[in-house]
Amino acid sequence: MEQLNGWFTELLSGNAIFTANTLSFYWSGLVTTVQLVFLSLLIGVILAVPLAIGRGSKRRWIKLPIYAYTYVFRGTPLLIQLYLVYYGVVFFDGIQDSIFWVVFKQAFFPALIAFTLNTAAYTTEIFHGAIKNTAKGEIEAARAYGMSRKLMMRRIILPSAFRRALPAYGNEVIFMLHASAVASVVTIMDLTGAAYYVYARFYAPFDAFIFVALVYLCLTFSIMFTFRQLEKRLLAHLRPRGV
Amino acid sequence: MNKWITSALLVGAVFSGSISSQAMAQDESKDAIRLGIDVPYEPFVVRNADGDLEGFEIDLGNELCARANLECSWVEQSWDGIIPGLLARKYDAILSSMAITPERERQVMFSLPYYNTPSVWITARDRDIDIDDKESLKGLSVGVQRGTIRDVYVTQEYGDVLDINRYGSSQDVVNDLKSGRLDLTFEDFPIANDAIDFRKEDSPYKQLGDSIKTPTAIFGKGAAMAFRQRDKELAAKFDKAICEVYADGTYDKLMDQYFDYDLSVRPSEQDCAE
Amino acid sequence: MIDLQGYGPRLLEGALVTVELAVLSLILAVILGLLTASAKLSRNRLIHAIGTLYTTLVRGVPDLVLMMLLFYGGQIGINMLTDQLYYAFDIDIFININAFVAGVITIGLIFGAYMGETFRGAFQAVEEGQMEAARAYGMSPLLAFRRVRFPLMMRHALPGIGNNWMVLLKTTALVSIIGLTDMVRVAAEATKATHEPFMFMIPVALIYLLIATLSEWGFAKLTKRYNTGFGESSEWNN
Repeated sequence: MEQLNGWFTELLSGNAIFTANTLSFYWSGLVTTVQLVFLSLLIGVILAVPLAIGRGSKRRWIKLPIYAYTYVFRGTPLLIQLYLVYYGVVFFDGIQDSIFWVVFKQAFFPALIAFTLNTAAYTTEIFHGAIKNTAKGEIEAARAYGMSRKLMMRRIILPSAFRRALPAYGNEVIFMLHASAVASVVTIMDLTGAAYYVYARFYAPFDAFIFVALVYLCLTFSIMFTFRQLEKRLLAHLRPRGV
Repeated sequence: MNKWITSALLVGAVFSGSISSQAMAQDESKDAIRLGIDVPYEPFVVRNADGDLEGFEIDLGNELCARANLECSWVEQSWDGIIPGLLARKYDAILSSMAITPERERQVMFSLPYYNTPSVWITARDRDIDIDDKESLKGLSVGVQRGTIRDVYVTQEYGDVLDINRYGSSQDVVNDLKSGRLDLTFEDFPIANDAIDFRKEDSPYKQLGDSIKTPTAIFGKGAAMAFRQRDKELAAKFDKAICEVYADGTYDKLMDQYFDYDLSVRPSEQDCAE
Repeated sequence: MIDLQGYGPRLLEGALVTVELAVLSLILAVILGLLTASAKLSRNRLIHAIGTLYTTLVRGVPDLVLMMLLFYGGQIGINMLTDQLYYAFDIDIFININAFVAGVITIGLIFGAYMGETFRGAFQAVEEGQMEAARAYGMSPLLAFRRVRFPLMMRHALPGIGNNWMVLLKTTALVSIIGLTDMVRVAAEATKATHEPFMFMIPVALIYLLIATLSEWGFAKLTKRYNTGFGESSEWNN
C-alpha cells in the first residue's frame, strides 16, 4: 500500500496541474456533488408521492395549488430558484439570531432546498402521469375486491405506477446531476466548483474542464447502468418474450 | 442542403464577433488601446448610477494614456478571466489592481508598479477570534475573491482549517460578509477601507492581527499594468508615462483625491532612466 | 410598491437578449438535429459512430461545464491558434468569441443532440410508401423532402421539439454565468447591489413563465396544423 501510494504521488508530481492537492479538490467536489444530488432526490421523492396523489385529486382546492407549484418550478430556470433561496434566506426575520443560522449560512443548505423543491416538482408530475396511466383493468379488479380507495392506492396503483415511472425518473436523476453544476455559482465547492477553481488558479481551462467532464460522464453512465438494471428486473413483464 | 446551411450559419455565428486583420505597420495617428478592468473594485473602479465607470484607476489610466499619446477605451472583464482575455486579445492591457507575482510573470509582462497595499483580515466587531492561533479557527468561514493573491494565500496557509468560500467579484465577498454568511474575510486594504469601512469609529467590523504583505512570492511587488509578452513597445510607453505621472505630481494629486493614506510605489532613478 | 430602482429598462433589454439567444440556439439545434438524425440513420459506420459519440458526450456532461469549456477553453484555444499564425506566418488576426456567440454555439450543440433523437424517431415514423409515391410522381429528392417527408415528419417531431424548446428556454439562464448580460444577470447584479432578491428575481421568473405559456400555446396551434387530415389517430398520440 505504501509503495502504491508513493508511486502514485510520484506520477502526480510530474504534472503541474494535477497534483495530489488539486485532485483532493476534485475529490471533495465529487463528494459534495453526490451528497447534494442524492439528498435532494431523496427528499424530493418523499415529497412527491403525496403531492402526486393530491395532484390527481378531484378536489380543486388540493389539485390547483399543487398544479401551480409544479407549473412554476418546472417553468422557471433552476438558477433563478437557487438565487431566490440563497439571497432570500437571509431576509427572514430572526433567522440570523436563531440556532438554525449556523446551518443555514453555509451555501449548501439553500442549494439543497432549491434543488429539492425543483426535483420534487418534476417528480410529482412524473408520478402523477404514471398514476393516471394505471390500466383500467387493475382498478376495476381492485374495486371488485372491495378495496377502499386508500388500500387500492397503496397496494395496486402506487407499486405499478413506480415501475412505470422508472424510465422517466431515471432521466430526472441524470438531469438533476447535470443541473447540480449551478451550485458552483453560489460558492459551493462541488465538482464544477473544483474545476473552476483549477481553471482560475492555473489558467488551464482544457485540463480543468475536460477532466471534470470525464468524471460527470462516468457518473452519468453509472446511473444509466443502474436504472437499466432496475428496469430489467422491475419491468420484466413488459419485455418481449424470449429475451 | 442542410450541410450548407449549417456551415454558413456556424461560420457566421463564430465570426459575427469581429474579424480584423491588423496591418503590421504602425501609423502616425493616435493608436486605439483597450484596457481590461474588473468592475467593481472600490475605490479603484466603481460603476456609478448612470452605468459609467469611475474611480482612481479610471482617472489614472486616462492620464497615462494621454501622456503616452494613446486613445484608450475600457473593457469590463470579470477577474477570473482577465488574463485569458488579455491573451485572447479582447483588450491590449490590464489596468486592474493586478499584483506582480512570479506565477503571473510567466504568462504576461508587467509595467512598473503604480501602487502597493497590504491585505487585512476583517471580522465583525463583536467576534472574539485570534487570527494567529490556527487551531481556534477550525470551522470558521472566510470569503475571498477567486484567483486573487489573497485566494492563494488563504488556500495555502489556512486551507486545512478554514472553510474557504471563493467569489467571482469583491462585491460578492463584501455582500456575504455584511449579510452574516461569512465569519471572516481577507481583503485588500482599500476594499476593506472603502467597501467595508472598518476604520470608522462605530464600524460593525474590525481588523484582526496585522496587515499582511509577505511572502512576496504570493503577494507580489505591487499592482501594475499587464501586457502580452510580445507587446514590449506598448509596455515601454506606459512605463514612461508612469514615471512622468509620478514626477510631475499628477499621481499625488489623484492619490489624495481617493485615499487618505499613501499607497504609492515610487520608481527609482534607474527604473525611469530607460 | 414595485420599485425596480432604475433597473427596469436593463431588465427588459436582458429579456430581449434571452429571447434572441433562445431562438438562435433553437435554429442551430434544429439544423444540428437534422444532421445528427441523418448520421445515426446512415449505414456508414464512421458517420454513425461520430453521431453516437456526439450525442453521448452531450448527454453525459452538464450544460454548464460544456459552456465553460467552450467559452474559457475557446478563448485560450483561439489564442494559441492565432499565436501560432503570428509566429509562423506573421499574420495578426483577432477573433473575438463573445459570451452571446459562445452561448448560442453551446446551447445549439447541446440541444442538437437531443433534437437528433427527436428527428431520428420522426424520420423513422414516416411510411416509406409516401416517399415511394413521391418518387413515382417524378419529384426530385429535394422537392420530395420539402413537400412530403418534412411535413409528415414534423407531425411526429413536434412534441419532441416543443419539449426541447421548453428546456432550452430555461438553459439560457446559464449563459448569465459566463458573463452574458441577459435578464438573469441584470437581476443578479441588481440583487447584489440593492439586497432585494425578491424584487428582481420574481419578475424574471414571471417573464420566463410568460414565454413558456406563450410557447405552449404556439406549439398547440402548430400541432393542430400539422395534424390536419389525420383526424382521430392524432388523438391517440397524446
